[in-house]
Amino acid sequence: MRPATGSSAVTRTDTDRAGATHGRPDAHSRAWLSRLRSSGVERDRALAELHELLLGAARFALSRRSWQAGREGFDDLATQAADDALMAVLERLDDYRGESRFTTWAWKFAFYEACVAVRKRRWLSREVPVEAEGWEAVAGDAGPDAPVEQAEVLAALRQAADEVLTPHQRSVFVALALNEVPVDVLAERLGTSRGALYKTLHDARGRLRSALAVAGLGPSAWQRELRPRPAGRGRKR
Amino acid sequence: MPQWLARVLGPGRPEVGCDECFALLDRYVELELAGDDAEASYPGMEAHLLGCPACGEEHELLLEYVRGQAG
Repeated sequence: MRPATGSSAVTRTDTDRAGATHGRPDAHSRAWLSRLRSSGVERDRALAELHELLLGAARFALSRRSWQAGREGFDDLATQAADDALMAVLERLDDYRGESRFTTWAWKFAFYEACVAVRKRRWLSREVPVEAEGWEAVAGDAGPDAPVEQAEVLAALRQAADEVLTPHQRSVFVALALNEVPVDVLAERLGTSRGALYKTLHDARGRLRSALAVAGLGPSAWQRELRPRPAGRGRKR
Repeated sequence: MPQWLARVLGPGRPEVGCDECFALLDRYVELELAGDDAEASYPGMEAHLLGCPACGEEHELLLEYVRGQAG
């Protein structure tokens, strides 16, 4: 589900932002708008040119994400992303207010569509972990030789996830934060949106931070107390 | 804070949501490329781009692509 421009999952909207408008579109952008709002041959040409611009961005995104040009499915994936981006641009044309160049505004749709397509393709046929998986991987990130404080924080974090998160928050946290499931993949499987899922993750992270702080293991403690202990004194056992 | 914990807990600062991030992304990128203080104009964007890998990836690509087109 593509993000809805102009709405906010966490804080505020564009229209709340005094002084955030930056005048009318530049001449090049106005020309794009005029051509896309025309009819007949002129509009057809504009659509073809815009599709080409979007395709270029989609191909760039795919190649940057290890989808080599020439690889099976590359052209189909890029073309589909450009098609979807073109549809989105036309649907949202009235949302464009000239705060950036028209091409920059349009390209973001191509990057969105291409990135989502790659994420979904990579997770085809893969199960999304929603139970207590991923803690071992996090412990691995911390490293077997991590200071003992990190093991304490990890244990406290795991306990907090069990105690202070709702089942839904826990599932989302486990999938997105521990197992790095792409948010679009999880959104599609749960029938929700990227924004709604990230809001859930944001709230879960807040609860976990608070729980760690109550336990004296919050981020501020890292600044003053949880510094690596001198060699030979870092292990309890 | 170790990197693994920062990744799991996110930036821990006020941040915009994904929808707002998408709405502002083009303007934010152009401010960055102009050398302006994009975060001052749109507070909460930087934190979100750190905390949300999906939006962060799309920002990174758009920034690189627009920079390349301008060059």
